[in-house]
Amino acid sequence: MAEANATRGSRAARPLSPHLQIYKMPINMTMSIVHRITGGALYVGTVLVACVLVATASGADTFASVTGLLGTWPGLIVLVGYTWALLHHLVGGIRHFIWDTGRGYEHATIDLLCWGSLAVSVALTLAIWGYVLLSAGGLDV
Amino acid sequence: MTMRTPLKEVRGLGSAKEGSDHFWMQRVTGAANLVLAIFAIGLAVHLAGADHTTVARTLARPLVAVPLILFLVSAAIHMRIGMQVIIEDYVHGEATKIVLLMLNTFFTIAVAAAGTFSILKLSFGG
Repeated sequence: MAEANATRGSRAARPLSPHLQIYKMPINMTMSIVHRITGGALYVGTVLVACVLVATASGADTFASVTGLLGTWPGLIVLVGYTWALLHHLVGGIRHFIWDTGRGYEHATIDLLCWGSLAVSVALTLAIWGYVLLSAGGLDV
Repeated sequence: MTMRTPLKEVRGLGSAKEGSDHFWMQRVTGAANLVLAIFAIGLAVHLAGADHTTVARTLARPLVAVPLILFLVSAAIHMRIGMQVIIEDYVHGEATKIVLLMLNTFFTIAVAAAGTFSILKLSFGG
């Protein structure tokens, strides 16, 4: 390599292809991966939704067991995670709709949309759970 | 052993005319889910901590039951296509892929059916 560089002189300073050890993932790449991961999580999470619906239709006892399970700390962590996954996938979907129109592909706009969707999904999740847990008729934890 | 490549077999036949079906269906169900998920989240927040009678009576109301069933169906189609893409991206063994794609269809339809049946039972069966 040193010999090759030496023979090419000053022209050796041209850009190199991205290298794994120094590659910094752009936010849109991270958000793309997170969109797929949250989609996969929601896929599994629909079992929860179906369980609550089936339990409600099955009667008061089953309903009490399922909601009791969801009301425990591990249950609540799963529910908060599910809420964020749903909101993040939803807000990310809006971002993709904007991109589908062919707009918003400037670097600054891409970064803004990606960071913005993350901020909105986190803020909405906190707002929803803050409301549910703090309101008078909230969950019995 | 044939020396023909798969490309040779299909060349000249034209496209299958359904290349953009998944893309478009994912947008259509995505748009529906956008509205229906906001409704479902609002409903969940409203019913958080409620007792069985309240939840059962609320889910039985037509203006709650219908959007919820629509959401279950739209979400099932959306996640079936989405998971199919994920499977096709990461699973390269032909037999495993076919089995997983089949399970994907079974799972998404089963979840939607279980939820829809429960809502209908609450609506009609009490």
